[in-house]
Parts: sequence; C-alpha cells; structure tokens
Amino acid sequence: MPQGDYIDLHIKRNGYRLDHHERKRKKEAREVHKRSAMAQKSLGIKGKMIAKKNYAEKALMKKTLKMHEESSSRRKADENVQEGAVPAYLLDREDTTRAKVLSNTIKQKRKEKAGKWEVPLPKVRPVAEDEMFRVIRSGKRKTKQWKRMVTKATFVGPAFTRKPPKYERFIRPSGLRFTKAHVTHPELKCTFCLEIIGVKKNPNGPMYTSLGVMTRGTIIEVNVSELGLVTPAGKVVWGKYAQVTNNPENDGCINAVLLV
Amino acid sequence: MSMDTDEGKTVMCLLTDPEGTHLGSAMYIPQNAGPLQLTQLVNRFLDNEEMLPYSFYVSDEELLVPVGTYLEKNKVSVEKVLTIVYQQQAVFRIRPVNRCSQTIAGHAEAVLCVSFSPDGKQLASGSGDTTVRLWDLYTETPLFTCKGHKNWVLTVAWSPDGKHLVSGSKSGEICCWDPKKGELEGSPLTGHKKWITGISWEPVHLSSPCRRFVTSSKDGDARIWDITLKKSIICLSGHTLAVTCVKWGGDGIIYTGSQDCTIKMWETTQGKLIRELKGHGHWINSLALSTEYVLRTGAFDHTGRQYPPNEEKQKALERYNKTKGDSPERLVSGSDDFTMFLWEPSVSKQPKKRLTGHQQLVNHVYFSPDGKWIASASFDKSVRLWNGITGQFVTTFRGHVGPVYQVSWSADSRLLLSGSKDSTLKIWEIRTKKLKQDLPGHADEVFAVDWSPDGEKVVSGGKDRVLKLWKG
Repeated sequence: MPQGDYIDLHIKRNGYRLDHHERKRKKEAREVHKRSAMAQKSLGIKGKMIAKKNYAEKALMKKTLKMHEESSSRRKADENVQEGAVPAYLLDREDTTRAKVLSNTIKQKRKEKAGKWEVPLPKVRPVAEDEMFRVIRSGKRKTKQWKRMVTKATFVGPAFTRKPPKYERFIRPSGLRFTKAHVTHPELKCTFCLEIIGVKKNPNGPMYTSLGVMTRGTIIEVNVSELGLVTPAGKVVWGKYAQVTNNPENDGCINAVLLV
Repeated sequence: MSMDTDEGKTVMCLLTDPEGTHLGSAMYIPQNAGPLQLTQLVNRFLDNEEMLPYSFYVSDEELLVPVGTYLEKNKVSVEKVLTIVYQQQAVFRIRPVNRCSQTIAGHAEAVLCVSFSPDGKQLASGSGDTTVRLWDLYTETPLFTCKGHKNWVLTVAWSPDGKHLVSGSKSGEICCWDPKKGELEGSPLTGHKKWITGISWEPVHLSSPCRRFVTSSKDGDARIWDITLKKSIICLSGHTLAVTCVKWGGDGIIYTGSQDCTIKMWETTQGKLIRELKGHGHWINSLALSTEYVLRTGAFDHTGRQYPPNEEKQKALERYNKTKGDSPERLVSGSDDFTMFLWEPSVSKQPKKRLTGHQQLVNHVYFSPDGKWIASASFDKSVRLWNGITGQFVTTFRGHVGPVYQVSWSADSRLLLSGSKDSTLKIWEIRTKKLKQDLPGHADEVFAVDWSPDGEKVVSGGKDRVLKLWKG
C-alpha cells in the first residue's frame, strides 16, 4: 500500500464519521448555490469562461434530453417516399446483390483489356519530371547526380526491400509512403478506409506506375473484401479499382473514388 | 380378331389418370393407335358428352406417336402391360402472345405489381410513385389514377367477383378501391406496422359476395379484414419474422409463409393456429396452391359468361371441385434455401416431396390452372417445371440471362410466361418444353407480369416505369 493513502487506510480501519454522508449530501446541495454566486460576481475573463462552460453544459443537457425524448416517443416511420422503388420480394434483399456486379465485372474486364478507363477524372495535369523527382547528389564530393528522390506519395509493397545504396536509383521516402486510402463508393455514398493492393496505372507514364507513384488521377487497386461485394458465382470480390481524387503529397492522405 | 397381321399387332395397355386410378382394366390396343384414337377411347370410357382433348404420357414422357412406334423407339417389351397416363387438356386454346400492342407510360416510378381482374376486363397496377392506376383495356389508355397511399404500392389484389380492388403499400396501409369509379372506398385501413407483402381474398365459393381478405406484412402478422366493416377482424400473429406470403385456401384455411422458415395454417373464424409446417432451412419466399388460379378467377371461366350474384357461389364451387378433383389441396413453397417443398397440408404435417435442383433462391412458385404443373422462378436464371401431383422434376427452361422474378400461366396451362431482371419476357411451351416466344422491349428489369384470365393479353411492368401490353 502506498504511504500516502492514510485517509483510505483510516476509513478502512475505522469506517466513516457518523455524519459523513449527511455532510456530503449537504455540501453537494450547497455547491450549486456556491457556483451560481461565483458566476454572478465573476468579472472579466473569468466570468466569460464560467459563462461559456455553463452554456456548453446546458446545451449538452438539452441535447441529451431531446435524444431521450426521441427514443421513447412514437413517431411515424420515415414518411417521405424514396426513389428506386422495388417490389416486395426484393425489399429484404441486400443492396450489394442489387449492385450491378455481373455487368460491372464484365465491363471491368473489357476495359482492362482495352487499357482504357472511363473514370471520374478523365484528364489530369501532367507532372513534369523535375517536379516529380529531386536530384540527390552523392559521392564524396557530392558531384554525382544520378540519384533521384520521389517527391510524391508512393505505394510500396509489403515485400519491398531496399537495394544497396550503390544501386538504388530512386528513393521513395518513407514519409510519403501510404498503405491505406479513403475510398468512396459512388452508389452507396459512403467512404471506407481500405488497404491499397497496388498501383494500376499512373496517367503520367508507365515508369511512375512501376514506381508506385500516386498522384491525382492515378488508378489504384484497393482491397474491398470488407464491403462484402459478391460476384455472380458467389465469390467475394476482394480487389477493385479506384481513382485518386486529391493531391496526396499536399494533403497527407489519399482520397479515392471506387470505379463501378 | 387376327392378331398376327402387320396392322393387327396389339399391345396390352392400362389407362390411368394422373393420380393413378385405373380407367377400366388392362386392354389390348392396336399398335397403330395414336393419341387421337386414345382420346376417343378415353372419351368413350368416361361417357363424356362432347369430345374433350386429352394428352397421354408413358413414364412421364408425352406420347405423340402411335403406340407401336413408341415401343420400337424405346425398346419396350410388347409383352408387358404399358401404363398410359391420360391428362385432360383445356377445351379452349390460348394463342401465344407475340407482339407488344401498347406501351403505356403514366407511372412516375417503377411499376411494382400488375393484376388483371378475374374476368380479364380490367387491369390495375401499383407503382413506386404511390399511385394505383386502372387501365382501359379496350383503348389501352389510362382510366383512373388512384391516389391515397403514402408510399410505394407493393401489392394489388382483385376480389374474385371483380367488384373490389385492394392495394397494400410500403408504409403498411391498405386501400380499397372501387374499380368502376376509381375512388377510394372509405379511408385507408391501418393496422400493419410495416410494409404489406401479400394480399389474398376469401374464395368466392365460401362466401359470396366477397367481403373478407387477408394481408401479410413485414411486421410478422397477418390480418383478416372486412371490406364492408372497413376494419381488421382478426390478427394472426405467431410468426417471429416477416410474413412473406399469404394464401386463402379453398377449404377455408389461411396459409402463411414466413422468413422464420415455417408455414402456418390458420382457421378463419377465430384465427386459431391449426398446424405448422416445418422443413425449410431459410426464408420462405412464395406459396402456391393447386387451386389458386380457380380461386382467383372465382366464377369466371373461359366462356366469359357473367353470372348473377346469387349463382356465382354455386358456379365457383363447381369450378373449384372440378379443378381439385378427388385429391386434397396441394401447397408448394419456394424458399431461400434453393429448394421447394410440396405439401398436402390437410393430410399430413410432413412434406410430400422436396423439390431440389435450383442453384439459387426460388423467388416465385405457381401452380398451373389445372394443377398439373408447378413452375418455379429462381434467381439462378432458370424456370423449372415440375409435375404438380408428384412433384417430379420435369424440365428446366433456360434462356434468361438474369434472375427470373415472376412467372404466370396461361389459362389453358399450355403456356408459361416469365419475367426477368434481364428486361425480357419469355413464353415457354409446356408440350415441347421449349422457348416459344421471346418478348424483348422493356428498358429495364421486369418486376411484374400477368396473363389475363381470358387469355387475350399479357401485361408487364418494371423498373422502366412503363406498362406494356402484349397480344397474340
């Protein structure tokens, strides 16, 4: 037992004072009056702080009260008529089975073959090489200039090991590496944080694709197994393509939209 | 009789009806006798006043050639007794529809249900735009727009005497309409807490004029309503999950199928549970009765005659007994566990047969009007045909490239219509077991199909918000 807990120890040994609970109750009851008096006579910054705190408390209280009221009171189920009516036999079926999985997989395969994508961001600003890379000078006198550092966000696979510095032409700084992306499903209108599987295509060139550079407009493959999408054969879809919609190097995160 | 000449060859045959009752004893039949001669024979044996058409089956295969040819082809011994099953065909023939006669726009949202009136003269459709619409079949134009629902209209049902129309919506209220004026009768009936999944009227041979109907709802209850009192008489509660379909049987028993994997049978005067049929491993999606078509059409038959209200009950009972025959009413249930069960609910709690074969959930099952066939629509893109008496698998109709949502029979049981997610309707011929007609035209999924009881028209509605009428 710590040395300082002598009060606890005393209580343990001798119990509470006989009027302890009474006193405590009275003190608590007096507390509000005390605080109110304080709030009324405080001036300046102190008064403001108290007022702000009281206001926040009151707002919170009102909010909770309203919440409780809502949960107990009966109200009509959402009255407004939704769009996309379906017959009774489809009402209980999952949304994902209605998501056009079949046609999508076929379309996706076709697109893959053609190498063309109908994507949310059809055109992107071309990124010049000197913007993409920074030259790193090496050698004892820093005269050699064959090393490059990628200045954009990159995806580096989990199996990647660095080459010896002598042979490492491109450096992908670990601060700009990403393994997860915030992917929005355009039909479900909700966003998931999904793991990146790979970079499918960088519109600026095949070299950037192979380096795993993610700029705006890049197609990435993400792991959608959590979403529970199913192929017509009943297998779970786990990889799907998404397009990056922000500038990850500026924002520090990757936002993407799922291609369906 | 010389038995050894070429034409005089005979074979011992035994004629039986589909239930297995023999017609006379085994007899010698000349081998060159074909279906035509057999028909004459059966007509004579049964003392039919006019010639009725029959079809003949030997070991579940239709006999289309003379008996001798069949024996040769299938290498059946001449010395054995050949059992020939005869089935009566409808005395009328329905022309297959093959063209779209009209595309009527009007609904502002997907069409969710369509239904012809029992006499085939009126048509109602319910839609996601919260209206029920009545259509004029002669001019093929809109007749009435019935507003009153607050949410999607999921089901519509005509009373078997054609005098009332009820519709159920997603918000759980039920509206009764006067089909002659297109007006709401009274105020909407409330009671169900969630959406309505099915409506079934009391058969006209049990009570005429039609007053009572039963509805099933997602909230797990079924309710019996009275249209004259405008209120719910009995609430049938007992299911633990949503009730997906309800049927009012010809013996005055209500059958409900539910997502809690059971079928319950209810008595209708006090709403007591009679029996519970268990067997399915997943949701029950659809129920069908062997007499469903005749219960739906009541006193109206192919002749198109109108009966005065006092004779209606008599006539309907006559028709019902004729369809039912001597055997008890059969029930088939289609489920999410990819199987169907054939029951004889009045006889036993155990299923008569388990119908397996579908590779996806069975969405809709339907008995043919004569009760001899069962058609099942499944999400595995096929329609399957089963023997309606034994439950034996007969054939698969493949052709759809999307899940099949609904099926509908022609009144003569010779043709089957199916509507699918792939935006087409297809007509299948039962005799040849082949595709008869492909009816493309819809721009999106077909949610509802119906073949009019008089056989003239087919209607279909779907996600593309138009109603299509098809004609022969």
